[in-house]
Amino acid sequence: MIPYIANTNKEVQEMLKIIGVNSIDDLFVDIKPHQRPKSFNLPEGKSELEVVSHLKQLAAKNATNLIPFIGGGYYDHYIPAAVSALVSRGEFYTAYTPYQPECAQGTLQALYEFQSSICALTSMEVANASLYDGGTALYEAAMMAIRITGRRKIIMDGGVSPIYRKILKSYTINLNIEFHESPVIHGQSDRKSILPLLDKDTAAVILQNPNFFGAIDDHSDIIEKAHELGILAIESVYPISLGLIKTPGEMGADIVTGEGQSLGLPLNFGGPYLGFMATRKEYIRKMPGRIVGETVDMHGRRCFVNTLQAREQHIRREKATSNICTNVSLCALQSVIFMSLLGKEGFKELAQLNLDKTEFAKQTLSKIKGVEVKRSSPTFNEFTIHLPIDASIVVEAMLKKGFAAGFPLGRYYPGMENYMIVAVTEKRTKEEIINYSRELEEVLNNERVMVSTRSS
Amino acid sequence: MEVEDHLLYTKDHEWINIDGDVATIGISDYAQEALGDITYVELPTVGDEIEQFGEFASIESVKAASDIFSPMSGKVIEVNEGLEAKPGMINKSCYEKGWIAKIEITDMDESSNLMTADEYRKFLESVELN
Amino acid sequence: MGLIFEKSVSGRRGYLNPKSDVGVKGEIASKYKRGKDCPFPEQTELDVVRHYTALSQKNFSVDTNFYPLGSCTMKYNPKFTESVAQIPGFAQLHPLLPQLKNGEELTQGALHVLYEMEQFCCAITGLDAFTMQPLAGAHGELTGVMMMAAYHKAKGNKKKYIIVPDAAHGTNPATAIIAGYEIISIPTTKDGVMDLKILKEKITDEVAGMMLTCPDTHGIFNSDVDKISEMIHAVDGLMYYDGANLNAILGRCRPGDIGFDVMHINTHKTFTTPHGGGGPGAGPVGVNKKLMPYLPISRVIKKANGTFALNYDYPNSIGYIASFYGNFALLLRAYAYLLLLGKEGLIETTNHAVLNANYVRQRLKERYTIAYDRICMHEAVFSANKQAERGVHALDIAKYLIDQGMHPPTVYFPLTVKESIMVEPTETEAKATIDDFIKAMFAADDLSQTNPEIFHDLPKTTPITRPDEVRAARDLNTNFFGKLS
Repeated sequence: MIPYIANTNKEVQEMLKIIGVNSIDDLFVDIKPHQRPKSFNLPEGKSELEVVSHLKQLAAKNATNLIPFIGGGYYDHYIPAAVSALVSRGEFYTAYTPYQPECAQGTLQALYEFQSSICALTSMEVANASLYDGGTALYEAAMMAIRITGRRKIIMDGGVSPIYRKILKSYTINLNIEFHESPVIHGQSDRKSILPLLDKDTAAVILQNPNFFGAIDDHSDIIEKAHELGILAIESVYPISLGLIKTPGEMGADIVTGEGQSLGLPLNFGGPYLGFMATRKEYIRKMPGRIVGETVDMHGRRCFVNTLQAREQHIRREKATSNICTNVSLCALQSVIFMSLLGKEGFKELAQLNLDKTEFAKQTLSKIKGVEVKRSSPTFNEFTIHLPIDASIVVEAMLKKGFAAGFPLGRYYPGMENYMIVAVTEKRTKEEIINYSRELEEVLNNERVMVSTRSS
Repeated sequence: MEVEDHLLYTKDHEWINIDGDVATIGISDYAQEALGDITYVELPTVGDEIEQFGEFASIESVKAASDIFSPMSGKVIEVNEGLEAKPGMINKSCYEKGWIAKIEITDMDESSNLMTADEYRKFLESVELN
Repeated sequence: MGLIFEKSVSGRRGYLNPKSDVGVKGEIASKYKRGKDCPFPEQTELDVVRHYTALSQKNFSVDTNFYPLGSCTMKYNPKFTESVAQIPGFAQLHPLLPQLKNGEELTQGALHVLYEMEQFCCAITGLDAFTMQPLAGAHGELTGVMMMAAYHKAKGNKKKYIIVPDAAHGTNPATAIIAGYEIISIPTTKDGVMDLKILKEKITDEVAGMMLTCPDTHGIFNSDVDKISEMIHAVDGLMYYDGANLNAILGRCRPGDIGFDVMHINTHKTFTTPHGGGGPGAGPVGVNKKLMPYLPISRVIKKANGTFALNYDYPNSIGYIASFYGNFALLLRAYAYLLLLGKEGLIETTNHAVLNANYVRQRLKERYTIAYDRICMHEAVFSANKQAERGVHALDIAKYLIDQGMHPPTVYFPLTVKESIMVEPTETEAKATIDDFIKAMFAADDLSQTNPEIFHDLPKTTPITRPDEVRAARDLNTNFFGKLS
């Protein structure tokens, strides 16, 4: 007996009679005896109360009391209560993809507003209705550039998230696509190594702003050079930073992607997140994913529909621009509510607040002996520090003091073991930053004592 | 269903009008009707070398997308740029104002692989019976 | 209804940021700054709440309407799965924590969920290992086909083609192409199953495998499925199970037992994670021993001391296919649902899903042509061909149903049936609800005989009538702001 099935035994008997069979088993005649399960070893069912208690116990085994200074593209921002209240409406979250526009105007208009907000944020002409996440969106952008240019070489800046770069490589390994990565530095894009890689066989140059090390940049010059050679410029962006920093549209980018988690989505241990993509109007037919367009109904009233569906898999099948069927509509809705609540002023203020707190953290940490805050490039809300010892050891020691102190770069960049990136959002207070700094100093002192004891 | 007498046709419902070395290509009345309101035409580029029955353009309607195959081999010398702004011209005038491209024919013998208007009419009858 | 941007009133605020407590102002050089402020709307919180609440009321949803959308398994999404996803110990967990030194200790609860989900999925499907990473069904398909490619590469097999039945979901051929293969399409026989004679002719050494939905998109379980597996395996091809219709066979048949090597599960179908108006989804992928070495990294392992860890050390892995460990919050909902249902609950689910579909099949075929007149599984496919002759098409009937307060079934899919209407009631609907639906379908048929013209103006009860889709595609308007600089 489960609480989600309505038919009573009496009704089951009536239905079987009408169907003309004796038992439910008779409905499974097409599954032959030898095709039945060899086993079906699952636990017995439980009550809702028992399941919830079990999950609360499991949740208690996760360390969410740590004060987070960890980012890497995924940030601990505050989410106004109205965001979750609105996305929790069953009319939104228990609806399907809006294939019948007359009874899906809610989802469709919200997605049109989302697309418009993404265009406003990035200064681009058109955006789609979302993709899985920032990493897969960047892969889709690379494939889109290959379709548009007919070329098969991709140049990638070493400052692009190493996670994204790994994803791109796994997807393209069998596809005869040539990848070149510019060497990694912890500051801005290395022009000297990127520009010589650009040539007339290159489909796209992929850049990230701010990059994985937190550095912000103006890529206009690289993009201009790329355009001279018929190369498309792809920019991966962090949306909150765009409250203040130069937009990819202003730099001349052709395709923009990003991870929208920071726009009102919880960290959720990795998902669901929100991939977004924007481009120039001329490339709209080469863009993957759903697109919502405005039109009118039979009485001339404004309304919204899925448009340009002929690009998609359910119509074009093997000739589709992508195999994507699902996007992340609900996450897109969540983000457009977030952006609308913050509003024009609030969004700019939020970006400034992140910047202020980060500046304070930089100043505070640079006072610690042995900590070098990298200042060669401007940053937004994440920055790189150099430590006298392996950063992973420092971070481990800081966990015991209640801080997720940052992300050690050695994890993805061999040779950078003594570096880590530190993220500061509006949620971090002055007190937390000062405490963090004090504890970090103590950890480094202890380690120094241990090192000197070991060496003596 | 209108079938113009002086043209040659393919099984994929394209027509070709040969005039010396140059030929004009479009889609038949049957094809435009089947596709419905056309919303977009992806035209070939002038200078493209195309093969007989090779893909050279594509047409989209609201609920369908269809590749257009060239009835003969040749080099594209002109495209109907008016279709970019007014793709619906193909629905209104598929044999005249809705032409897609002009090519310089490379192999005149290929025309023997095409259907005459009468053959195409019979072909359409057989398609409709299915 | 106006757009949120049109309602903007200069000076209103919907949320107040805290004041800076650090006494330092961060500066950015002007060359790095954006030119104009981002033109987000200026609204109070109430304005925003009213706007999106009003929008929500323009939607049909499972919570508000019968939603028998074939192939989409729109079953009820239990509320407690939403509340467990909000538990802060899960919702606030940063995905990079387990990648810190000894960081796995910080996420034991989350890793436990992932590990046990993998065990449950193996038990349900008869496969040997699962990855929870794929972010949707189609993403799972791509992951699966990439593993198939890695298998053939490792064995030195020269493979070129993936076989897909003509009735398959569009994602199947699109995925195979994106993974670098070409497609061989196999037609359907008059009994609604794949044509084995043609299949036999098409199988060569160059076939990498087949993607098959089972039961297929006609709602029919093909009893020859193990024969098909044998034919594909004979050329060292691999069998991919598209899990879209798994809800039809829980506890009745397991893909791993009937010859499938790899599959995905749509958690938003079978395991009732909400569809969200088109995502997010989750598409765990399972494999048998043949394909295990190629699973994406990381993988969740259980150590001898009973704790969980992430392992990246699989040299033959296809690598990273997602940023992290999957759409965790959805996997968590699915896990909670499976725990509550348990073994018997899952079997009961399938029983009622198939019972409801057969009830619809038997009742509706009185008026609508049944595509294949035989016992079906979880969905039944009809053709509105008789009604179409009277000028009333499947789409018109769909619009009529909207006016009756019901979401229409899937229309015009599968492509193999003309004027198709595909009904999947799911197990959570009551006989009485289905009876109302049948009544409405009969009324539509009556009207098609007496007054077919009225359909063209339907629906009439919705906020809008039929939209001009041609205009939407010709005069593209997808961004309120146009180009900003």
